[in-house]
Amino acid sequence: MEEEMHTDAKIRAEIGTGCSPRGPGCSLRHFACEQNLLSRPDGSASFLQGDTSVLAGVYGPAEVKVSKEIFNKATLEVILRPKIGLPGVAEKSRERLIRNTCEAVVLGTLHPRTSITVVLQVVSDAGSLLACCLNAACMALVDAGVPMRALFCGVTCALDSDGTLVLDPTSKQEKVSTWLWKGRGLEAKGPESPQWDWLQEARAVLTFALDSVERKLLMSSTKGLYSDSELQQCLAAAQAASQHVFRFYRESLQR
Amino acid sequence: MAEPVSVAAEYLAGSRARAARTVLGQVVLPGEELLLPEQEDAEGPGGAGERPLSLNAGARSRVRVVCGPGLRRCGDRLLVTKCGRLRHKEPGSGSGGGVYWVDSQQKRYVPVKGDHVIGIVTAKSGDIFKVDVGGSEPASLSYLSFEGATKRNRPNVQVGDLIYGQFVVANKDMEPEMVCIDSCGRANGMGVIGQDGLLFKVTLGLIRKLLAPDCEIIQEVGKLYPLEIVFGMNGRIWVKAKTIQQTLILANILEACEHMTSDQRKQIFSRLAES
Repeated sequence: MEEEMHTDAKIRAEIGTGCSPRGPGCSLRHFACEQNLLSRPDGSASFLQGDTSVLAGVYGPAEVKVSKEIFNKATLEVILRPKIGLPGVAEKSRERLIRNTCEAVVLGTLHPRTSITVVLQVVSDAGSLLACCLNAACMALVDAGVPMRALFCGVTCALDSDGTLVLDPTSKQEKVSTWLWKGRGLEAKGPESPQWDWLQEARAVLTFALDSVERKLLMSSTKGLYSDSELQQCLAAAQAASQHVFRFYRESLQR
Repeated sequence: MAEPVSVAAEYLAGSRARAARTVLGQVVLPGEELLLPEQEDAEGPGGAGERPLSLNAGARSRVRVVCGPGLRRCGDRLLVTKCGRLRHKEPGSGSGGGVYWVDSQQKRYVPVKGDHVIGIVTAKSGDIFKVDVGGSEPASLSYLSFEGATKRNRPNVQVGDLIYGQFVVANKDMEPEMVCIDSCGRANGMGVIGQDGLLFKVTLGLIRKLLAPDCEIIQEVGKLYPLEIVFGMNGRIWVKAKTIQQTLILANILEACEHMTSDQRKQIFSRLAES
C-alpha cells in the first residue's frame, strides 16, 4: 500500500492522447495537465490546450460568510482573472457559466453552509478559453477531493462561413467574421462596395460543457449565426471529442 | 471527426456499471457506478437446501455492504464521488459484505465522529472554547469535557493552546463538538498538549499511512531520537524532541516521507543515525 500512496507533486504532464496537431480526422490540440502544483489551495491544476493555458485552484469546503451561506448546500464561487488588466464584464459572465456547470456536478448537499471557491488564472489565451477554464476547474476539483457526481469537460467548436466545423479553434480561427473597411475616409458605402473586405473567419463559435456519465449537455455558450441543424452537428462533434478529453483525464488521474 | 465507436465505447465511464469486485485496487473516477455482489444462497439460516421465504420472490437479494468515504448509494448501485483507488475490507465476523471505500488524497479535513484531532483554541466564550480543527467551522469544546473538571475546578486552557481531542458530534448539519475524555471519563492521552514542540500540517493520506499498523516510518523514527509525537486525523502532527534541531529534523522527515520511496527514506535515516 505504501508505494501506491505516493504523491510526489503529481506532475503528470500528459501528452494529448492520439490527437496529433490538426489532422483532418481528429482536430483537438495537444493536451497537458498538471495537478497539485500549488501548496496553499486544497486542490490545484494547470490545463494546457495547444497554447491556451489556465491555472486553477480550489479552496473548500471552507468557512463561508453568514450573508452568503446556503442552509442546505455548499456555496460555489468562481473567480476568473484575465492575463492582463482588471476583470471585466466578460470575465463575470464566464464566471457565471463555469459556476453553473460546477453546481450541476458538485454534490453540494454533502457540505451545507460551507463555501467551495474555484480561482482561475488565465496564463495564456490562444483560443477556446472557456473550454480550457472548464477543464482546469474540473481537474482542480478532483484534486481537492470535492465530491462530484460526474466529471465534466469543455469543448469549443467554430463554424466557418461555408459550414465547416473546426474543433478546439485557435484564436485566429475563432474570430467571428466581420466586415473590414479598407477604404479611405468615412464614406457611407454598403458591403457591396469593393472597399469592404470580408474576413473569412468563423461565422459562429460554440462552447459546450459535457458530463462524463452520458455525455449530456451541462452548459452551452454560443456566439454568432448558425442554424438548428448546425447546432446539432456541433453538439454531436463535441460529444465525440469529449471522449478524447475524458480518456485523457482518466490517464492523467491514474497514479 | 469520424471516430470509431468501438474505441470510444471502452472509455464511457458509467455507461456500463462494473462489478465492484473487478475494480478493486484500480483508480475509479467520479461518476462511475459499481455493482454490488449478490448474496449467495448457501448462507440461508436453515442449513443446506433451505432458503428463507422472501415476500418479493423476483428480486435478488444483495449483500449488505457499508459504503465508505468516496462512495454513495444510488439505487442498488454504488456511485463513485471521489477519484482514488477502490478498496475493500472483508467483515470480521457476522454477515454483511464488508466495507468498500475510495482511497483518495485530500488536504482539507471534514470532521467525522470519533476522529482524534489536534485543534488550536481560538476563542473562549463563557463555558465553551472554540477550537480550530481545519474544517469549515470551528468546533466547540466545553470546559467540563476534561478529566477531573468540575464547575469549581476549571481546566487551565488559554487561547492559542493545542488540544488533542475527539469528536462526539460531527455531521454536515451541525457545528462539530469535541471532548477530551473518553466514554469512561478518563483522558486517555487527550487534553491540552504540553509546551514546546512543533505543529505542522501534512495531507490526510499521509496521516492514515503513518497510523496504519506496522508502519515502518514510525518505527524507524523512534529508533533515531527519543521523541513525543501526536497525530491528528485532520492532517496535523505535533512533534517534540530533546533539542530544537532534532525537532526540526523530525518535522522535515515526516513532511518529506510522502514523496520519498522507501529506499530513499532508509538512506536518509542511515545518514542521520551516523551523524
